[in-house]
Amino acid sequence: MSYKYVGKPTPRKEDPKLLTGRAGYIGDVVVPGMLHAAVLRSPHAHARIRSIDASAARALPGVVCVLTGAEALEHIGPMAAFCAEPVPQTAIATEKVRYPGEAVAVVAATDRYIAEDARALIEVDYEVLEPVVDPIAAMGPDAARVHDTLDSNVVFHRSLDFGDVEGDFARSATVVRRTGRWHRMCATPLETAGALASWDPYTGAMTVWSNSNFYNFLPWVFAGILGVPTNRLRLIPCTVGGSFGSKHLIMQVVAIAGALAKATGRPVRYLEDRFDNIAANDNTGPDRHYDAELAFSPEGEMLSLTLKIIDDYGAYFQFAHGQHGNAMAQPTGPYRIGSLRYDVACVLTNKVQQGFFRGAGADPGNFILERLVDAAAEELGIDGAELRRRNFIQPDEFPYKIPTGNVYDSGNYAAVLDRALEIADLKHWKAEQERLRAEGRYLGIGLASCQERTGYNASEWWFLYDNPPLPATSTPESVKLQVDAMGGVLVELGCPLWGNSPETVVSQVIAEEFGIDPAGVAVTYADSTTGAMSAGPGGSRLTIMLSGAARGAARTIRDKMTRIAAHAMEMSPDDVECVDGTFRAKGAPGTSMTMGEVAMRAHLFAHDNPAGESSGLVDTHTYDHPYATPPNADRTDMGAFYPMVSHACHIPIVEVDPETGRVTLLKYYAVNDCGTIMNPPLVEGQIMGGIVQGIGAALMEQYEYRDDGTLGTSSLREYLIPTLNEVPDIVVEHVQTPSPFTEYGVKGAGEGGRLVAPTAIASAVSDALRPLGVFVDELPMTPERIVAAVQAAR
Amino acid sequence: MPDKIRIAVTVNGTAHDVLVEPRTLLLDFLRDQLALTGAHAGCEQGACGACTVLVDGEPTRACLMFAAQLDGAEVTTVESLAGPDGTLHPVQRAFTENHGLQCGFCTPGMLLAACALLERNPHPEPSDVREALSGNLCRCTGYQNIVRSVVAAGAEV
Repeated sequence: MSYKYVGKPTPRKEDPKLLTGRAGYIGDVVVPGMLHAAVLRSPHAHARIRSIDASAARALPGVVCVLTGAEALEHIGPMAAFCAEPVPQTAIATEKVRYPGEAVAVVAATDRYIAEDARALIEVDYEVLEPVVDPIAAMGPDAARVHDTLDSNVVFHRSLDFGDVEGDFARSATVVRRTGRWHRMCATPLETAGALASWDPYTGAMTVWSNSNFYNFLPWVFAGILGVPTNRLRLIPCTVGGSFGSKHLIMQVVAIAGALAKATGRPVRYLEDRFDNIAANDNTGPDRHYDAELAFSPEGEMLSLTLKIIDDYGAYFQFAHGQHGNAMAQPTGPYRIGSLRYDVACVLTNKVQQGFFRGAGADPGNFILERLVDAAAEELGIDGAELRRRNFIQPDEFPYKIPTGNVYDSGNYAAVLDRALEIADLKHWKAEQERLRAEGRYLGIGLASCQERTGYNASEWWFLYDNPPLPATSTPESVKLQVDAMGGVLVELGCPLWGNSPETVVSQVIAEEFGIDPAGVAVTYADSTTGAMSAGPGGSRLTIMLSGAARGAARTIRDKMTRIAAHAMEMSPDDVECVDGTFRAKGAPGTSMTMGEVAMRAHLFAHDNPAGESSGLVDTHTYDHPYATPPNADRTDMGAFYPMVSHACHIPIVEVDPETGRVTLLKYYAVNDCGTIMNPPLVEGQIMGGIVQGIGAALMEQYEYRDDGTLGTSSLREYLIPTLNEVPDIVVEHVQTPSPFTEYGVKGAGEGGRLVAPTAIASAVSDALRPLGVFVDELPMTPERIVAAVQAAR
Repeated sequence: MPDKIRIAVTVNGTAHDVLVEPRTLLLDFLRDQLALTGAHAGCEQGACGACTVLVDGEPTRACLMFAAQLDGAEVTTVESLAGPDGTLHPVQRAFTENHGLQCGFCTPGMLLAACALLERNPHPEPSDVREALSGNLCRCTGYQNIVRSVVAAGAEV
């Protein structure tokens, strides 16, 4: 299928405002009379708050309000929790602090300098408690408890067998066993989370500007926290300076701004500083310990996988174990593995809690699986590429149901692998490896073949529960399309601009359906009072879902215009087609009407139109998940919940210095298959950006909590993210296997880079250090860890 | 609070004679007093470069300088680059043509660092760009297209 605009490198519509300093981020929004907030945070990991004295802060000129946790609860409710267990959280701690950086008091003042001065004057008397830092120790019956409402720090544990695990292991010839360690990281968007709340005490209405998502998906969650009626809350999106999953709800931030707005009767902006964001963003990534086994037949066929996982969730459990629901979309990767045991224990400790970060829990899943495959290649004496190829699901086996019940729509994994091997110039790099080894230098060639599940359905959040608190099954996306009386095309999105390209994507789709220039399509953003159901960006879903929503709306309007044009030209609608923005007689293009001519009739000439046609041209189209099924009752089949599955093969080339532990990336090759590519440069940008975040995950990003529970990485000087100096030349190529489930065959591409790069780089470092007997099983591979591993192997 | 300090500063060609508090950062002065929101607060510790502006032509972190230090200085922000009719500066055009931005939060700082580089080296090699922009963090693009953008802008100049 060839298209005129879909798949073409259309200029990015979002760029001009971003290039000229007029983006309209939350920090740019100014409202008359606005106050500024600052948050006092706990230096302790675990402590009882004996008392708080804010009298000096309140007396400071310019200070309008100070709220403690208890005082804030007079204005707002507790944080929403999607877990079934009693793990209560408030925006500001009340009796206890449970992680270093937890809010204990907030200030609103006429400017931020004064708010921070006042914060320094607040005195808190803490009774320091034993910190719960090590999740393994935290599981013991005698461990100090993070929450008194729970009997144990193990807030959730479940072990599920999918297929005949015992039987497959019994008939296996080889079992490869490895442990894996994936540390806590965070999204670290350059723009922190922020909200500006304005409250009208006379009507009880509140307006909140923020950089969140979900305002057109779960707006009632915000209303519940803010203590305002759902129909009196208006959530206005701002342009977002990056999220990578970390800003879906930003409940604390919205709640703090809202509480202060209610307490002062004035608009209040709370914009995290970098310490707030790192220490308390409530959206760190997984922090997992794996014990993993992969069973093989005598022929090197993968039979069964067992994963025993301890996941350190931190102090709260807001989204429950959704990160494992996510991982269960693809735990067996691109391979024909017949059965799976998934055993997960979620442990609470005194750390900032998990949320979502690009990969959303499937990232460590890819890491452990590909490390097992590399280990197996070594133990079985089979080339890694050959072992993978031997076990790939084949192109004629799709749609393919994996053991958990999720369905993969389509793919051609061998084609992706073969292309990666071709472009990676392996002959050169293998010769280089040999040459350098003779000099005592260590070059490594990595390989990873991984899935990127895209387009989630809400069931992933809850199906690990038998009795979930909110077993939702909708994950829709909407757009509103209008063609005005002069034929001008306007689209209103229900999602925010999170750094991706929703304006460009919908313009391409609308342009495709009408045959008009995408540059002429105007795009705006709805707020929560005007937008229809939209889950927004997340789970690499947006291009899939916007394509469906925009195409649906375009078809409705185009059909109506076709009927009106046909009536005007005294023809049957079946004989009229829309080509290049004109409605014309099929086979007789001389008989035609422009979009403007048809639109004017549609708007103002009801008597001239077919009976039953309403005036105007507007349609809101809500596109529901295109292919989702529910889990079964005993949870032996979770249903299809993440079925548009992209795939990639990455080959990084590294040099490792075993003396200093330094890893230098020399070159990076990636071949990606995300189905039909909507816009090639934009997809390539997503992949390259994800790969570089993956370099961070592989080499440097990690939360370091000290033994006393305090955080050692609370600024960008300690929590390191990749700079230009860490980034090699990255070569990206594509294979396109269209999805049979979606409009135009698109699949998602937002997370693919970061879902593959960490394990690919682990493979490369392992390959480099193989002569020294090192196998990489822990990320990030910091210089300290590499030096220690080399020493341990010696 | 010490007395306010009077400064004469030129920002994007416009002369300002203003009183500032001694502790007001250049970044907050630009954003709050002049409503120039193109320089962004990413870390306020000098680590990320999102607040980069040009002070007397030199890339400067606006979060690490006080407005009071600006007496007699000339400041250039991203708002000065495009023409009033919307014509993009060649560096801005190169960024959009090479997809050198995604969320845009680091972009003004990158653009100004690039302008300063191109001023002293109109035809930089990729290695020159890497050197000149290595103090500016980007979390979206993976940098490769930023380097391409600046090299392309140089080719155009």
